[in-house]
Amino acid sequence: MFDFGKWTTAFNDFLLGCMPEWAALLIECVLIAVAVLGAYTVLALFYILYERKLCAWFQCRLGPMRVGKWGLLQVFADMFKILIKEIISIKGTDKFLFRLAPYIVITSSVTMLACLPWGNGLQIINFNIGIFFILAVSSVGVLGILLAGWASNNKYTLIGAMRSGAQMVSYEISLGLAILTIVVFSGTMNINELVWEQESAWFLFRGHIPAIIAFLIYIVAATAETNRGPFDLPEAEHELVAGYHTEYSGITFGFYYLAEYLNLFIVSGVASLMFLGGWMPFHVAGWEAFNNVMDYIPSVVWFLGKSFFISFIIIWFKWTFPRVRIDQLLAFEWKYLMPLALANLVLMAVFVALGWHF
Amino acid sequence: MSLLLEIGNGALAITAVLTGILLVVAATVIAKLISPKSYTVKKAETFECGIPTRGQSMIQFKSGYYIFAILFLIFDVETVFLYPWAVVAKSLGTTSLLCIGIFMVILVLGLAYAWKKGALKWQ
Repeated sequence: MFDFGKWTTAFNDFLLGCMPEWAALLIECVLIAVAVLGAYTVLALFYILYERKLCAWFQCRLGPMRVGKWGLLQVFADMFKILIKEIISIKGTDKFLFRLAPYIVITSSVTMLACLPWGNGLQIINFNIGIFFILAVSSVGVLGILLAGWASNNKYTLIGAMRSGAQMVSYEISLGLAILTIVVFSGTMNINELVWEQESAWFLFRGHIPAIIAFLIYIVAATAETNRGPFDLPEAEHELVAGYHTEYSGITFGFYYLAEYLNLFIVSGVASLMFLGGWMPFHVAGWEAFNNVMDYIPSVVWFLGKSFFISFIIIWFKWTFPRVRIDQLLAFEWKYLMPLALANLVLMAVFVALGWHF
Repeated sequence: MSLLLEIGNGALAITAVLTGILLVVAATVIAKLISPKSYTVKKAETFECGIPTRGQSMIQFKSGYYIFAILFLIFDVETVFLYPWAVVAKSLGTTSLLCIGIFMVILVLGLAYAWKKGALKWQ
């Protein structure tokens, strides 16, 4: 497999060779910021088109077709349109919190994006508690949504924000427990090590029954965590106008839109990292020739392919299941999903202690 | 990799956070520059659902949400406690199973108590 780390190392040596250390550090930080911004924007644009096309195909429509070939330029037109819309300032809002909320939502999703491993050696933040850091940052995003709903001085946004708060904090527990199950199995929280652990086979296959159950729990919890259907109560447009971002206009609304799609990518990325091997190609122990062929496919393609596949499943949910009620939502989490996740964790601990795994 | 190790993860995390802030600031500034501006009294009113708003909106709210928030606090802290155990579970073997078993039993008893008390019922 090609190691992108070689490029970064060579670049770092080159910079250190021709300038003092602080300047090299500054340039590297700026380059990283540009890379993250670029990835963020491109991914968001891709996801908007991806969802619109998929949702059209699920309903036997064509989706955007007019602007550009197959409607490929539609998203750029949309982005430009949202930039030239007026930002309306409304009376009676809590000005400071109203402006602060998009910062929190966007910052949390950018930070999570920087933690994901894109390919062999293509990772920005590599904490030894990486996956724990991602979980911690993801829970900050809830604050932004709560603030947006509260500061808007609008009853519907308040209901939306409260629903979102209750929903996201509840499903975060199942999400955390599903990830914990894999951490018990792998014995590390470092994202890089997690990927290398899956060299012989992905955790979904290595981990036996508990890993498969954890994967299912994770997918359900991730759907709820990104406020997507059938758990899209916070922005149920038939009941709450548009949910927590009703009062935002122009690009300030666009931030929530961006963050929503990026969060979809991030939960899919974490799912592919924890269960489907991240950027690790599909390996079967013992099939040397097959593994070598798989290694020829670049690691970035593997990671993005798996993430888009899981996003496809999550988008599929939206067009398959009707929206649930808030009491059903909370009962499902607290009475079924969370106890199941706890039992699954114990099951995994037993499997690991007795060595019943590959 | 040495590039990333040299800068240090803390600095990189700060860079990521600053990037997020920069994105919001830059996009807002661009939008402010190229978007039209006008002010009318009607426009500055809360949209809500289209008809005029009645009364205050920042009001006391249904307590059902807070009960779940309190429950969440307990289980989230418990998840945090479980993470250090999870990392070493493999090397500890059966001993770890016993220790975490006791922890889990206490936790499940707590959940059962909350369930019995009706805290999980939406009302």
